[in-house]
Amino acid sequence: MTVWAIVRKDLSIELRTGETLSSLLLLALLAILIFAFALDPALLAGADFVAGLLWTTLIFAATLALNRSFLLEHEAGGWTGLALAPVDRGSIYLGKAAANLVLLIVAAALLLPLTAVLVGTTRLAPTPALPVVVLLGVTGISAVGTLFAAIAIRTRAREVLLPLLIFPLLAPLVIAAAKATAGALSGKSFAELRSWLLVLGSFDVIFLTAGWTAFDFVIEE
Amino acid sequence: MASRSRPLRDLLPWLTCLAMLAAIYLVFVAAPSEREQGVVQRIFYFHVGAAWMAFAGFALVAIASLWFLARGDRRADRLALANAEVGMLFTTIVLVTGPIWARPVWGVWWTWDPRLTMTVVLWTIYAAYLMLRRLGGGDEALGRYAAVLGIVGALDVPLIIVSIRLWRGIHPAVMLAKEPDAGLKDPTMKIALLVSGLALALLFTWLVSLRMRLQKVDDELARLNLEATPRMR
Repeated sequence: MTVWAIVRKDLSIELRTGETLSSLLLLALLAILIFAFALDPALLAGADFVAGLLWTTLIFAATLALNRSFLLEHEAGGWTGLALAPVDRGSIYLGKAAANLVLLIVAAALLLPLTAVLVGTTRLAPTPALPVVVLLGVTGISAVGTLFAAIAIRTRAREVLLPLLIFPLLAPLVIAAAKATAGALSGKSFAELRSWLLVLGSFDVIFLTAGWTAFDFVIEE
Repeated sequence: MASRSRPLRDLLPWLTCLAMLAAIYLVFVAAPSEREQGVVQRIFYFHVGAAWMAFAGFALVAIASLWFLARGDRRADRLALANAEVGMLFTTIVLVTGPIWARPVWGVWWTWDPRLTMTVVLWTIYAAYLMLRRLGGGDEALGRYAAVLGIVGALDVPLIIVSIRLWRGIHPAVMLAKEPDAGLKDPTMKIALLVSGLALALLFTWLVSLRMRLQKVDDELARLNLEATPRMR
């Protein structure tokens, strides 16, 4: 119930302001443009490039959204409320992670076709594995990102720290997500992507469990 | 003087020096040159020894972090910090000696071989840990945050290994025949590797104990400062 209450709170704030999602999407679009200018898409077109572009932009843009996810709690004194609430802290983490996940799913769903169109490749053959790969990938970003966003915002360096903390940890996820997305865009089935899906799935399970357990030590006043 | 009652700790610098001298003798004088790679291969003894300690340091950070979260023992917090700093130093040694060895032998400074990639990702996790310690600000909670990162970082290691192996597995590994420990036929080479490994382990331990003592003094100083100026933070 706690999980649902927090998801609903975060999403209704987002629905009314749209601040996080719009800045996330604009940053992602700018990142795509910068990549396209810097690394001529005419030379790099293809499923590998679309997948690589999608995950690089998603990771950078997600950092922005994650940094904002505890901003209200931090600035309006909501931490004390969360810490005093007679609920399991792990559920607070799951609620926050789920709200971030929804934002990232929306972002990924808009960015993937946009990237494919802008890169201008016509030889993509998406398979049913594609949504599964993307979902597992953004779940991992949200799992790691939510835990460390709560930590980063409470340190002296604040926003600066979050990408420094999560990018190294996301290394295996980026490798697996980019490779699996490229595969799913070029006609590969679930069976052919099995090892990548296993890496992504284990990543999600391990870090959701870790965040759920460790959140006790993060919120403790 | 509290340090008088610790004979083992006082002995550590001397043991390290002795082992290091023995290692240098074995590496540069006693061990024969490798037939194909020549004299440059001798960097391997310190390269591999440093890599062992870099990985061990990572495990020690995680264990000390778990201990700190479970018991709230400040010594465990200091142990985790000291291990991360010294582990970062040893990972840097690995990443510097590696390319120096690779350039004449493989013809390139760097290749995205699983072990190299793994080591550089490990380095970035150490760097993240130390950045959190440095930029985090000095409050009580920082130790807990760092401990969370120390543990989560260790949980990440198996995933990093698997994903990098799968990633590079598509291409044949570069120079598989020249994997470091594949060609150690000469017994003197094995002894040289073991002794330099021991010397680096002692050096690692010595540096960690020095760093822990420094941190203890630092913590003490912060506490005294806080006592001297009540209500001022």
